[in-house]
Amino acid sequence: MNYQGIMNNIKYFKIVSLVCISVLLVQCYNEDKFGTPIFQERCFDGIQNGDETGIDCGGSECKPCSVESEFAGTYRQVDQMGRPAVNLLLNVEGRRDSLNLTVPSKMHAKFQQVFKNKIMILDTTYTTNVLGLDAEALATLFSKDVLWVAENGPTNYYNGSTIMTGRALGEDVMDANLLWIFGGPGGTKNNNDPLLIQDGVPTNDVPFLNTFPYLAPPF
Amino acid sequence: MIKSKLFARISSVGLVILAIVLMSGDHNDAPTLTGTSADIADFYAFEAPDSDNLVLIMNLQGLIPAGAPTEFAEFDEHVLMEFNIDLNNDLKEDVLIQAIKRRDSMFFFGPFPTLETGLESTINTDIMHKVKISSKDDVHISEEDGMKFFAGPRDDSFFFDRIQFDMYMAGNANGGFTDPGIDTYAGKNTLSIVVELPKSMLGTPVANVNPFAPNTPTYNMWVETKRKIQ
Repeated sequence: MNYQGIMNNIKYFKIVSLVCISVLLVQCYNEDKFGTPIFQERCFDGIQNGDETGIDCGGSECKPCSVESEFAGTYRQVDQMGRPAVNLLLNVEGRRDSLNLTVPSKMHAKFQQVFKNKIMILDTTYTTNVLGLDAEALATLFSKDVLWVAENGPTNYYNGSTIMTGRALGEDVMDANLLWIFGGPGGTKNNNDPLLIQDGVPTNDVPFLNTFPYLAPPF
Repeated sequence: MIKSKLFARISSVGLVILAIVLMSGDHNDAPTLTGTSADIADFYAFEAPDSDNLVLIMNLQGLIPAGAPTEFAEFDEHVLMEFNIDLNNDLKEDVLIQAIKRRDSMFFFGPFPTLETGLESTINTDIMHKVKISSKDDVHISEEDGMKFFAGPRDDSFFFDRIQFDMYMAGNANGGFTDPGIDTYAGKNTLSIVVELPKSMLGTPVANVNPFAPNTPTYNMWVETKRKIQ
């Protein structure tokens, strides 16, 4: 091999090496063989961006944050719930998002009248119910949307004698709500054509567990 | 290759979301929240088999179709979940338990006295516990400081003939419900967080809260989801 040939080979080798190195760098920069980025410029840019949970830390791609920075930030209410199905049964179209964005201490002022009107729409001849509550009182109860939970004693949303001491799994809370709205003082109103005081679904489709976490396994 | 995989993934996410929106309406039926990662499906609070303890359950993202891959129903790292406990019947939280996902775990904070009430929260990291998020076949429960924690997919514990109710409300079922009815929530899943803790950790509630049990000291409890704004 003459000198020119050697030089040509070296040149060729240089070009190939350069191309190889560049490809390697680009490849490394973007992702490893599992498609997971192994280097992100934004993890070093001094601001919280991407899915970072603090400045240049947390999320899927940067190093973990310290406890303080990992959980830093302000969170604003988007949903709220106390008793079951209050929004569905007693609120009206156009006001449902608003209830979810309201704290319980301000609900009565904003929703009691709405709920009272809705009760009289659902049952135009509503007088009182099995709890002895007229429309005004029933609307007041539900417009403070918190769940009462007794400090001691058995938990029942409603079983005829124990009333609203919490809410346990497996309780037919919708039949209770329907009974209070449609059942009249004797609990027998609207019991046939229309049938409104029970929905014909008295139990969950699968049994609950007797031990923690109590909820049934997923499908 | 990558693009077609991406499109396949986007379209299947779309189908699942569409299915959830069509089927659900969440148990609360709130238009802008339905099917989102902050959508509360249910709240339970009851005395545990060990009567010194209370059990608190929050279900989110109700009506998840059976077998839906977990990436379509994940806890959201930007959504804070809160159990609120009012002790003095002013309808403002006095004690708080917070929960939020980070990586493969659910972190729980509290119970602690609230420093702030109202629509906005920051996370108080003083009392912190965690549990690895369960999947269908890999269940994790943690027990720390007398408390138990769970986070993961579970059977949707709500049962109701929602479709018949909606038909009646729309004027299309004048006879009301049928007996038996059809459980709209059968065979569906939710994402759940469960906490069991000694009542003594919550403080003492006042009486004269529940008019049907006036002598029984009673907590006011409710749950909230809050999305990160800054």
